[in-house]
Amino acid sequence: MNKLIRTAALAASAMALAASALAADLKVGLSVSLSGPNSSLGIPYAKGMQAALAYKGEIAGRKVQLIVLDDASDPTTAGRNARKLIEEDKVDVLMGTSGVPAAIAMAQVGKEAKVPMIGLTPISIEAADNPWVMTVAQPTQLMVDAVVERMKRNGVKTVGYIGFTDAWGDLVYNALMKAAEPAGIKVLTNERYARADASVTGQILKIVALRPDAVMTGGAGTPGALPFLALAERGFKGGVYGQHGLINPDFVRVAGAAGNGALMPTGPVIVAEQLPADHPTKKMALDFRAVFQKVNNAPSTDAFSAYSFDGWLVFADAAGRVLQGGKTEPGTAEFRVALRDAIMSTKEVVGTHGVYNFKPGNLYGVDQRARVIVKLENGQWKLAP
Amino acid sequence: MTWDVALILAIDGLANGAVYLLAGLGLVLIFSVTRVVFVPFGDVVAFAALSLAAFETGRTPATIGLVATLASLAVVVEVVSLVRAGELARIPRALVGWGLLPALPCLAAWAISGTAAPAVVRIVVAIALVVPITPLVARVALQPMADASVLVLLIASLALHFLLSGLGLLFFGPEGSRTGPLAEGALTLPGGFPLSAQVMLMIAAALVLSAMFYLLFERTVAGKALRATAVNRVGARLVGIRPARTALLAYTLAGLLAGLIGVLVAPVTTMYYDSGFLIGLKAFVAAIIGGLVSYPLTAVGALAVGAVESFASFWSGAFKDVIVFSLLIPVLMLRSFMARHDEEDAEEIDQ
Repeated sequence: MNKLIRTAALAASAMALAASALAADLKVGLSVSLSGPNSSLGIPYAKGMQAALAYKGEIAGRKVQLIVLDDASDPTTAGRNARKLIEEDKVDVLMGTSGVPAAIAMAQVGKEAKVPMIGLTPISIEAADNPWVMTVAQPTQLMVDAVVERMKRNGVKTVGYIGFTDAWGDLVYNALMKAAEPAGIKVLTNERYARADASVTGQILKIVALRPDAVMTGGAGTPGALPFLALAERGFKGGVYGQHGLINPDFVRVAGAAGNGALMPTGPVIVAEQLPADHPTKKMALDFRAVFQKVNNAPSTDAFSAYSFDGWLVFADAAGRVLQGGKTEPGTAEFRVALRDAIMSTKEVVGTHGVYNFKPGNLYGVDQRARVIVKLENGQWKLAP
Repeated sequence: MTWDVALILAIDGLANGAVYLLAGLGLVLIFSVTRVVFVPFGDVVAFAALSLAAFETGRTPATIGLVATLASLAVVVEVVSLVRAGELARIPRALVGWGLLPALPCLAAWAISGTAAPAVVRIVVAIALVVPITPLVARVALQPMADASVLVLLIASLALHFLLSGLGLLFFGPEGSRTGPLAEGALTLPGGFPLSAQVMLMIAAALVLSAMFYLLFERTVAGKALRATAVNRVGARLVGIRPARTALLAYTLAGLLAGLIGVLVAPVTTMYYDSGFLIGLKAFVAAIIGGLVSYPLTAVGALAVGAVESFASFWSGAFKDVIVFSLLIPVLMLRSFMARHDEEDAEEIDQ
């Protein structure tokens, strides 16, 4: 699989080289999980990137080559892929991947080799430790803040929390604790369950016994549906809130009727056609939908392919500025430094998820414009302004 | 904790325990007859649940291809061994038994996939489809090494588990599925506690199947042959019971149990390609409580595991599994104090 993709990519790049031998091309190295347990995220990432290539395949008169490798949902392979992309393919920028640990592994290699990396997932490292990485994903705190604001507006005073036993459950819980206290909301429980668990009846009974006004869940994907099912079974009447890890067609399929009415934050691209006309990202999101449909012959229903698209847009904007400066050529160390600096000074680049402003010392580049609250109604996400 | 919470947890535990009971029966059955700790049991459970989910969403489950491939492998293995033994006359029978018989559920599954067959038909076909997996896998991989030590057999069965769970990921993808409820509605107990029909069905299935097992072992020749092989393989052979035949029967019965468990749990838990392993592991704890030989003790153990799991998830959700598996330590200590040391007997080998 890996080899096949490489061969295809090499053949494509050879053809592209023959076509434009005049000036050096730009090279983007993408490593995502095309196989393994994370592939339900990785495949949309790769498809979104193909759509982006079709949308903007030429920057300041230079062709862009995209080299895609499969990391098989393994952080070690992701790191090895990053090294391969840098040493063999001499890429100008790294992008990836579909898991936080794997993205950290890639960023580490990028730092050593001094190649900028645009992350497509949240990355939990200190920005000061690695000035070569930034990410287009929304920080968890930004998303959870939106949930807490909504709880406050809905008159929630007490909330029960149930989440994964792993890093994701911790991340959401910590963000919730940080946001809830200033909002005057009391978090009553910190219940946990493992991704592989069959039932959360015990944990839910404990939460329901404390009679909270609402329940916040910290899960992701299909296992994230368990608390929704158990709460519905117990006849819980309060509001149930989620977070962006649950914005996924498989979650909707498994939760079924139990997910009805759940409120969660997401990037505005998920509900692009429902956004008001003056929303800053509406036009770009609809453009993305159209080009995705054309390239992949299927509609885009997830948030992941849109992150790839945004990563590409940020890169295209920065590369455009560096090339117009005209001092450096792609493929050189000077170009990569200039590209890093250009990305770090990104100003008001409109993407599908939000409007990007990067600055040194900050991994994230989005603000409140990159989140909306949506409600699950009969299997459809509806904008809940 | 109030009484109503305790009651809900107890009912939840009973439902879990019913599943572990059935899985524990399957594990003890296979181990006592063949000395194999059949780790892939849980994977067969997951295959049954996910095949049923595939039928419901109108897809053709890849399990069909798996069974067909296994059946052709088994036919080759069987024919080669018959040719070597010079028993050519038995080849047609082997072709029917190992090739044609497993092909029947494949054909049925192929016929109903993509159609709006009634739920009952889907469930029956999903169970029938996974029943051949256990005996076929055992014929191809385990029977040729049936004389090996318990440890070697355990490692072989672990390898089979990894193979099957990898295939599960390939066939069904990393995301989980749920199937439609088998039984709708709920019964309200005195005091106002709802008892869902699904839970009653699970408990009833465990009771009925246990009773049928009891009758099988006490009243039928085949059941007595199974018991005889379990008690003493050489002795059983001396009175004309063929170990390979009883092993085949044990594997088939266990496959049937696995299929039943799969369709019973699929509506209440989200099944992933690897969910079966944890069910198998907890049933194994129950089977250890029964010493891997005693059916009644395994049943008690299964109910205990279910109850402990349910209450543990209330007290400390994050440590639920730790608490369940910690049960093994006192149980093993107690057993090793009480057991008479007969390792020599256990290693007695004959085919």
